[in-house]
Amino acid sequence: MPRIIVCLKQALDVSQLKADPSSRKLVTAGVPRKISDFDKNALEEAVSLKEKLGGEVVTITSSAEDAKTSIREALAIGADKGYFVNDEGLRNSCTLATSHVLAEAIKKIGQFDLVLCGEASIDGFSAQIGPRVAEILGIPVLTYARSITVQGDTVTAERSLEDRYETVRTKMPAVITVTREINEPRIPSLMAIMKASKKEIVSWRLADISVPPEKAGEQGSGVKIMDVSAPKVERKKETIQGESPREIAANLVKALIQDGVIGR
Amino acid sequence: MNDHKGVWVFSENYELMLELLAGGRPLAASLKTELAAILMGSQLNDRATELVRHGADKVYSMDNPDLKDCHTERCLSLLAKLAIEHKPEIILIGSTKSGKELASRLAARLETGCTPDCVQLDINGQGTLTTKRVVYSGNAVVTATYLKKPQIAAVLPRAFEKPEPTERKGHVVTVDVKIEKSAVEIVEINEIRAAEVKIEEAKIVICGGRGIDKKEDFQPLIELANLLGGQVGNTRPLAEDRKWFTEWIGLSGKKIRPALYMGCGISGMIQHVAGMRDSQVVVAINKDPEAAIFEVADYVVVGNLYEIVPAIAEQLRKQLS
Ligand SMILES: Cc1cc2nc3c(=O)[nH]c(=O)nc-3n(C[C@H](O)[C@H](O)[C@H](O)COP(=O)(O)OP(=O)(O)OC[C@H]3O[C@@H](n4cnc5c(N)ncnc54)[C@H](O)[C@@H]3O)c2cc1C
Repeated sequence: MPRIIVCLKQALDVSQLKADPSSRKLVTAGVPRKISDFDKNALEEAVSLKEKLGGEVVTITSSAEDAKTSIREALAIGADKGYFVNDEGLRNSCTLATSHVLAEAIKKIGQFDLVLCGEASIDGFSAQIGPRVAEILGIPVLTYARSITVQGDTVTAERSLEDRYETVRTKMPAVITVTREINEPRIPSLMAIMKASKKEIVSWRLADISVPPEKAGEQGSGVKIMDVSAPKVERKKETIQGESPREIAANLVKALIQDGVIGR
Repeated sequence: MNDHKGVWVFSENYELMLELLAGGRPLAASLKTELAAILMGSQLNDRATELVRHGADKVYSMDNPDLKDCHTERCLSLLAKLAIEHKPEIILIGSTKSGKELASRLAARLETGCTPDCVQLDINGQGTLTTKRVVYSGNAVVTATYLKKPQIAAVLPRAFEKPEPTERKGHVVTVDVKIEKSAVEIVEINEIRAAEVKIEEAKIVICGGRGIDKKEDFQPLIELANLLGGQVGNTRPLAEDRKWFTEWIGLSGKKIRPALYMGCGISGMIQHVAGMRDSQVVVAINKDPEAAIFEVADYVVVGNLYEIVPAIAEQLRKQLS
């Protein structure tokens, strides 16, 4: 009966981001947060593995901001317990620092068979956390899984790569990162939401998981963000005129030939 | 920190490695250091000299039958070992999915920072690497710099043009390869699409979205693409929900930068736009005058794609004959 740890990031809801029109700087303050989409797929996969094989599913989240609402949602989806590393010292952490914190938290959570993560987060989209956590824990990682099968102490995953699907196998414990194709996350019932309010969320500070300040936040990071701006769009936005599809087509083809992108 | 020297490039994809040489060349020049390519594979023949001709000052060549498929596990151990021994200042890795896994794990082993999906690389006034990449579903460009060394960056395909080969001299170092037993076993590989030209390399992409009702209705797009010597692409719902295709253009799919992108029946959601925003010229055909894709288009065509697409093909045939 596997014990599964799911890494959950509380991400910016990127569909609600806006740029300041004059400075083109991105306004992230006040943008709603939510469980990163792919992490929700990881959670759904963990919960459905538990339904098949028994065992336990716990989640781990690390954030300088409050994330309890997101963790409650995960408990409603079917996690048994949520762990939350919440500390001001986590601000400006890059993936080097974040993976260190998560790995230390996972060590403290104790014995496990699988760590599941999303392939990447919807906001940062770095795709680094799963592979890095695996390296720190010294266990194998299978990335971009579109299906997972557990048999005894072995796990098999089908990886979805650019030009191929690759079926890979390894011994547990292991880290797996999942793609969105793997499942459709469930929407918790009212009943499940009520039950979740009785489940436990364990809160830790960095000191509780023995992470010294210099291993977290900017001090523990390898990369520093200098600027976040909306990308320039310098498009002509020229409406192609015409009374009929034929006339529109003729005008479009003319414009494209003038631009030199299609031959005469 | 100062004992790190040299700019390295590596990709399991040879063509991408040539592009990385173009990305690494100015960095090495600016840092007055050498540009080295890490070559791994089987029966490499004259590839090392070819890498030199494309800009490498040095090639670390690892030729071994077990490196035939450039298995991530194997490449990672070899690369990490070499990096610990030689301490490069910058390591550029091709940002494919496997490349990103490799870059992240290498960064973990070397306890350093890594930025994925870079589209621009510069050396700042302090001699530190700065990178630019697109995040937040295409809503933002992030500029980042490094606090530790080596500085690892995964660089997107087509961020740099493959350099023209020239006659130049370089140094080829043959590295002894010892393959360790890997914890991950590859059971089976199924190619998704082999023979065709890759969509990332197409000069012209005619892209279809949910405005196309049936799979058969894709035919006019295919005809138009054929006329123009291009390829067809699609948005994610046509692959994921309707199962007409196995891949798509966008944030979570292929990133393309063709000379001409023509979007037909596509709303222009940011996740799709993230995969095509670097196209040279963008045409959008949509019956909804308010469609978001028009905001990122050079040519706005308000109309029914079922009428417009065949009319364009017709017009081209007329011009060609
Ligand atoms: C985390 C995440 C990642 C994602 N990644 C991607 C990705 O990589 N790539 C991607 O494509 N999507 C991605 N999506 C999905 C994306 O959000 C959109 O749902 C998708 O791009 C919409 O596809 P569409 O434009 O084909 O369809 P729709 O949004 O339904 O648009 C169809 C358009 O067709 C027009 N239309 C209809 N009929 C006609 C006609 N006869 N003639 C002309 N116009 C017509 C309509 O006006 C409409 O604008 C992602 C979503 C999430 C949450």
